[in-house]
Amino acid sequence: MWAELKKGAAVAVWFMFLTLPIMVVKVNPIEQTVVWRWANLVWLGAAVFVLTVVGRYCSRHRTELSAFWPDAHPLLAHPQLKRFLLIVLALLATLFPLFFSSYQINIMTTALMYAVLGLGLNIVVGLAGLLDLGYVAFYAVGAYSYALLNYHFGLGFWAALPIGGLLAAIFGVLLGFPVLRLRGDYLAIVTLGFGEIIRLILENWNDFSFGPSGIAGIPRPGLFGLTLSVDDAIMYIYYLVLLLGLITIFVVNRLRDSRIGRAWIALREDEIACQAMGIDKTKTKLTAFALGASWAGMVGVLFAAKTTFVNPASFTFLESAIILSIVVLGGMGSTVGVVIGALVFILLPEYLRAFADYRMLLFGAIMVGVMVFRPQGIIGNPRRRSYPLPMAAADQEVGHE
Amino acid sequence: MEYFLELFFSGLTRGSIYALIALGYTMVYGIIGLINFAHGEIYMIGAFTALICATVLTIWGLPPLAVLGLSAFAAIIWSAAYGLTVERIAYRPLRHAPRLSPLISAIGMSIFLQNYVLLAQTADFVSFPALIPDFAWLEPYRSIIGSSDLVILLTTAVVMLLLTILIKGTKIGRAMRATAQDREMALLLGIDVNLVISVTFVIGSALAAIGGVLIASHIGQINFAIGFLAGIKAFTAAVLGGIGSVPGAVLGSLLLGWTESFATGYISSDYEDVFAFALLVLILIFRPSGILGRHHNQKV
Amino acid sequence: MSEVRPLLEVRGLSMAFGGLRALHDLDLEVSCGEIVALIGPNGAGKTTFFNCLTGVYAPSAGDILLNRPDGKALRLNGLLPNQITKHGLARTFQNIRLFSEMTVLENVMIGCHCRHRAGILGAILRGPATRAEEAAIIDKSYTILQHLRIAQYANDVAKSLPYGVQRTLEIARALATEPVLLLLDEPAAGLNPTETSELDALILQIRERYRLAILLIEHDMKLVMSLSDRIYVVDYGERIAQGTPAEIRNNPAVIKAYLGEDDA
Repeated sequence: MWAELKKGAAVAVWFMFLTLPIMVVKVNPIEQTVVWRWANLVWLGAAVFVLTVVGRYCSRHRTELSAFWPDAHPLLAHPQLKRFLLIVLALLATLFPLFFSSYQINIMTTALMYAVLGLGLNIVVGLAGLLDLGYVAFYAVGAYSYALLNYHFGLGFWAALPIGGLLAAIFGVLLGFPVLRLRGDYLAIVTLGFGEIIRLILENWNDFSFGPSGIAGIPRPGLFGLTLSVDDAIMYIYYLVLLLGLITIFVVNRLRDSRIGRAWIALREDEIACQAMGIDKTKTKLTAFALGASWAGMVGVLFAAKTTFVNPASFTFLESAIILSIVVLGGMGSTVGVVIGALVFILLPEYLRAFADYRMLLFGAIMVGVMVFRPQGIIGNPRRRSYPLPMAAADQEVGHE
Repeated sequence: MEYFLELFFSGLTRGSIYALIALGYTMVYGIIGLINFAHGEIYMIGAFTALICATVLTIWGLPPLAVLGLSAFAAIIWSAAYGLTVERIAYRPLRHAPRLSPLISAIGMSIFLQNYVLLAQTADFVSFPALIPDFAWLEPYRSIIGSSDLVILLTTAVVMLLLTILIKGTKIGRAMRATAQDREMALLLGIDVNLVISVTFVIGSALAAIGGVLIASHIGQINFAIGFLAGIKAFTAAVLGGIGSVPGAVLGSLLLGWTESFATGYISSDYEDVFAFALLVLILIFRPSGILGRHHNQKV
Repeated sequence: MSEVRPLLEVRGLSMAFGGLRALHDLDLEVSCGEIVALIGPNGAGKTTFFNCLTGVYAPSAGDILLNRPDGKALRLNGLLPNQITKHGLARTFQNIRLFSEMTVLENVMIGCHCRHRAGILGAILRGPATRAEEAAIIDKSYTILQHLRIAQYANDVAKSLPYGVQRTLEIARALATEPVLLLLDEPAAGLNPTETSELDALILQIRERYRLAILLIEHDMKLVMSLSDRIYVVDYGERIAQGTPAEIRNNPAVIKAYLGEDDA
């Protein structure tokens, strides 16, 4: 115990030293003034000390603690309970807009949009194992295709939705084709570069995209020609996003349990073995990439319709990072996890205002923490599928021609 | 011609700074095969530490040259400490994890460090004191090359020389090369691999800090986000030269510096950053092993 | 044998990595239904040879010709690994490369991938055709597991399997691609004598049941001698001998290059 405390103190001293200039001193070089904030150092030292001691205690009792937080949560495995939970959730989600203000609905819509984005990215990162750091580019493609098609040709939301998805998928294929043969970490960097290029083009090519000022006055989605009040429109968009979310969950789950989904997972596990099994690496990766992109495209269209305004500032690397951290926190490959991850990440900062400033700091810390302590994410990956075995085949000696 | 020379030297200056950062990427990649995404942030922290230190020391009334020296020293010390700590927290536990895990952890670290500085310092650009004095004898050539350019070039050259001596001629350098070639084997031969990796991070971070101080006093302002772009560009340079190769990083950096300088000078400055990104994408697609990199055959 | 061309014909195959000559002017033939062994000291280029056959490397020179039993003749050089598998060559890996997070059955189902076609729409809509196909894949995979006597592990995660079962699963997975020629890269490596003799019987059964030819790399001489119809010996990337097990056993060049030092 004494040794633990000493260790904690040593770590605390190291971090106090480490953060000394940045946390304590705040200078104004123009007015030549200095503010010394020694209190920060004391707090930080105390926090690090406590964290280290507790952390070391936990890691020594890891096995006992992991019983409380198992790999795949047993509650989720229970079919009846699962169904009951889903019904309650569906009811809550449906009734939500009736009891809350437009402001709240808007926040919830945003959270759901991130959930859909997370699910889309999860196809690429979680299932196929391709780290895409430029996912936001496809989101931008969707948003701008609605904005521009509407501006130039007066195209409505419902026409733009599939077009946005399709265009994003095409971009996905165009980008994916040359880069998908790259190794994992290079792929990550290329996609990051691609995402930034798209944003910089949107920012600088004034004739095409109206530059940093963006495009305003994008119409909200129509409902059989009815004109909705702003509040009704917000509610309407909420339901649209909810519907898209449900469709996404359905589609992603079906894909995951299909022949293609299996190929994605196999590809993630071992590319060379995968090819030796006759799986076309490029085609399979491209499918994942394009499907993931098309989801971002559709959410992009919805985003443009929701905010009625798009500009390049909404599509920075930070957005990609937020979506990625949702996927990482939720557990790569896990649908439930990603939805929970999105709700936690987007709702928490909205409702805990004090928390909002620290949002990105926590995102970063969580990404590191999850990777180090719980690579499978909060929910874990429940994809341990046992297939019903063909009993009839047991006695048959089936040939193989 | 004068315009060409001006662009040439500004490209050279840029390239030198990129080289100081790119070396950190390339050395870390060479040893543990990780793209240290947080490396740009180490450079940013170096610049901030120097800024803080320089302002405090100036207020205390130290002579400019002492301020320059001490701030650079502080930047090196703290950047190295950050590099060491980042490796210990975010990368070492993941050394045997699937390849993408440390990369995601590195991205998390990068976001964390940016926001740490944002919260502890400021979101605005802060003006950086001009630490590098103006040389009177350089006055006639001012339009082509400034004194800070000259200092940057000379410092970079000296640092490169020292680094080469360190890698080629010292025991730790030999251990680093051995570890880069085959970590398992190095371990079997009794090399303290953890130590080697730590030293690599320390050296890489220290170089980035020097880059941070130089560029900050050259450009005159910094903020918490400068590390992202500089990091990506330096990484581009490292890949261009052949990641894992030390001379490659320098070559790639100079090429990138010139590309940017000439492209913005002769084509358009609107797309300054696009050139770097486009170059990055093109190299990775067409020659992922870079100019001096070795082509690796996958083991089956 | 005279009028029928052999199933696999390799002519003058060479492979160089930079200046390093890994394979030099290698000829090899495998006929339908044959079990052929490729032996040689460590580093002789055997796995490189497999990698050339299966498209992991593109050979520097030479021809790899496949004359399928259904009459189709193909040149395999320069094809991608997955295309080669589709044409009927399947392989196992020396250092086991299973999809370790997937179940045993799923591993074999992946092997079936290239013989089926359900696409994205099929996956989403899950119509009768897709469901039938999925059921057929499960059936076929399970049957192969039964044949190889590892069906009891069907729903276990691959990485949790005992070593010997992992080796068998590699073979099962390769069989699922419906090959005409099965390439086994050291199938007995790491197995104990009992497991090795079971493997011996298993390989013969596989040949009978699936009517395919087998080319194997192996270090276990007892297994090689008892299984093979013919043996090729390579050393330093060159073929130094070929013949029946009896011929090879008495070949002085082989004894010198290989057996002599191996038996010591």
